[in-house]
Amino acid sequence: MKRPLFRLLLGTALIALLGSAAAQTVRVGLAEDPDVLDPDLGRTYVGRIVFASLCDKLFEITPDLEIFPQLASGYDVADDGLSVTIDVRPGVVFHDGTPLDAEAVKYNLERSKTLPGSNRSSELAQVESIDVVDDDTVRLNLSEPFAPLIALLADRSGMMISPAAAEELGEDFGRSPVCAGPFEFVERVAQDRIALERFDGYWDADAIAIDEVVFLPIPDTSVRLANLQAGDLQVIERAAPTDLGIIRDDPDLTLPSAASLGYQGITVNVANPEPRDDPMATDPRVREAFELAIDREVINDVVFGGEFIVGNQAVPPSSPWYVDAYPIAERDVERARELLREAGHDRVAFEMMVANNPQSVQIGEVVQALAAEAGFDVTVRATEFATALDLWEQGEYDTFQVGWSGRLDPDGNIHSFQTCDGNLNEHGVCDEETSRLLNEARVTSGFDDRYALYEAAAERYLPNRHVIYLYHQQLFFPHTAAMQGFEAYPDGIIRFQGVTLD
Amino acid sequence: MLAFVAQRALTAIPTLLIVTVMVFGIQRSLPGDPAVILAGEERDPQVIAFIRAKYRLDEPIPVQYVAWLGQLARGDLGVSMRTGEPVSSLILTKLPVTVQLAVLSILVAVAVAIPAGAIAATRKNTGWDVAGTVVALSGLSIPNFWLGIMLILLVSVQLGWLPASGFVPFLEDPLENLRRMIMPAFVLGTGLAAVLMRQMRSSMLEVLSQDFVRTATAKGASGWTTVVRHAMRNALIPVVTILGLQLGTLLSGAVLTEQVFTIPGFGKLIVDAVFNRDYAVVQGVVLFTATSYIAINLAVDVLYAVLDPRISGSRA
Repeated sequence: MKRPLFRLLLGTALIALLGSAAAQTVRVGLAEDPDVLDPDLGRTYVGRIVFASLCDKLFEITPDLEIFPQLASGYDVADDGLSVTIDVRPGVVFHDGTPLDAEAVKYNLERSKTLPGSNRSSELAQVESIDVVDDDTVRLNLSEPFAPLIALLADRSGMMISPAAAEELGEDFGRSPVCAGPFEFVERVAQDRIALERFDGYWDADAIAIDEVVFLPIPDTSVRLANLQAGDLQVIERAAPTDLGIIRDDPDLTLPSAASLGYQGITVNVANPEPRDDPMATDPRVREAFELAIDREVINDVVFGGEFIVGNQAVPPSSPWYVDAYPIAERDVERARELLREAGHDRVAFEMMVANNPQSVQIGEVVQALAAEAGFDVTVRATEFATALDLWEQGEYDTFQVGWSGRLDPDGNIHSFQTCDGNLNEHGVCDEETSRLLNEARVTSGFDDRYALYEAAAERYLPNRHVIYLYHQQLFFPHTAAMQGFEAYPDGIIRFQGVTLD
Repeated sequence: MLAFVAQRALTAIPTLLIVTVMVFGIQRSLPGDPAVILAGEERDPQVIAFIRAKYRLDEPIPVQYVAWLGQLARGDLGVSMRTGEPVSSLILTKLPVTVQLAVLSILVAVAVAIPAGAIAATRKNTGWDVAGTVVALSGLSIPNFWLGIMLILLVSVQLGWLPASGFVPFLEDPLENLRRMIMPAFVLGTGLAAVLMRQMRSSMLEVLSQDFVRTATAKGASGWTTVVRHAMRNALIPVVTILGLQLGTLLSGAVLTEQVFTIPGFGKLIVDAVFNRDYAVVQGVVLFTATSYIAINLAVDVLYAVLDPRISGSRA
């Protein structure tokens, strides 16, 4: 009598053990520790990666950048462009059981607009009011047509959080967020880990096969890769191009990648805070000479092993928004010298600020060497990033090698930088006509009409070269071969829909 | 005695005040506007203004300082500007991690240095001595972060024996905790071991040449007994003193080791806070550290006074 009982107990224990061993956990190596986990307050790129598992959005994108409804089930833009009606997916609940209905969507969009310190309020500036049409329908009334709106609702502005939890937690919401995504929040240990577990009430439960996701911030790229190779992590973001050889040679690893939506370039301080009187600031011919003096392919080969994509615009050459009339210029030292002479200079000296990480310093050095042959004396100033940002804002720089992580709609890559009163116009350039064209592109719908406006604007700002676009990152997400169904997205966000572990 | 303790405690107050002024002043003289950093890539002017107002960054520095002192007086260290987590809870969760790392490192250092130093001394000018010196010198000269990365590549990636990095609390899973702490403790311990070993060797040599050792040998004690029971105990006294002095170095060395092994300890907390210009965290951590030092000094003073009443008597 005793033995069968013992066996039963043993069997139960074994099943329990196996059961726990079979709990599928994906551990993700992030390059930094995210900031506050509130989609309205969040400001970091890595934060967006965590949100993707935690908070579903009204709209989502495919790896090919097509937008489709996620928590929405469809939408309709009025003919005059002044209102957008969104159908809310029925039957969706938040992690705390609160139903996601039209009221909840209204609450979320209003919170994004009005929460003190919200980083989303400017994204939704054109949304004047929100009407609840019925339980499953909301209408967004706009002050003017706004083409990038749906693309913004496919990012943090479109993330839905539980109104009940938001009211209850107030300022503490970002420390224990409640959303409607595939995984719910378990715990966060600052600088150590963010743990999520599968949400049983997820509306698209069939798409999720794994049980837990743990995000671990590991800033050092070699250590991050070592952890992946040692099997402690299943996927990492931002692998260094110099490590790709090791990854490709490792039979246990797989290396999906996607071209980033962002760009990297050199910003020339033209008029921040006052118009400047050095040759780089005053004379477009000098900037053209500088562009002709550098070779983007060389930078890509030397610093990134040729793994990135060279480019000369705010969007990569592969983008439908790329302006074909301005292809990437070949390096031409002779012509560069000629232009400098025309501008009345024998040699031109200026400082280039770069972030103090090995890659950026290397870019600086390559640019320095190339430009020297054409008559530029570039001093590379490696600066700690927080300090560099400060100097950039204050206008205490000649040129700055800096980039942008990129947005789905081209407006997000261009408008803030090229319009006179753009948020990120830290170079002080202002052309009323460019601003007008870019503002019009925001309120125009239809690809062809918008493209024509972006092309016309590019014809004005590209030859001016106050931003010399250099390259676009290729985003690499090495993961263990045991993880299957993973896809790399151009927005750099890690999604677990369809991912399985062997 | 009570008067002595009270007097010593009172003198700690001006010291602490000076520390608060210094941490406040130095931090605010750093370039890099926390509001701009916190506002993130988009740097919306409205958001920057909101952050400035929320953390009083738009007020004159003396006003900010007084406000912070007032907050401290209520026992509130503030919240992290980046994540909103209270600074006190950050300190309380990070400190035990670093303390555990420090204790394990000392164990590693002592386990290596004491026997090695003793052997080097008893076999002076032999191959053992030279080997010990070489090992000690290498331990001193190899940077922690380099040794750390090399160990990760060898032990974790190539051999797959230990996890490469990360931390598991001891109470949650003691075995896993130790598996993850061995390498960082080894890295940190080797640097310390080198110093200790040199000290052990020289003080052992000194002790071995003293009369009582000769007497012990003369009375017929065996070589091993002489070394372990008589010489070693005496030789350890200066070593223990050095060990105490090295504690501070150990904690600062932990900063780099914690970065390499991504251990969420005190060192990593302050490094990340400085880079993010998370004023509240930096201020809280520095103040906490200073207070601990002062408290330890006070305890030592009191202890001296207990052991030697003349110390407190002379001041009363």
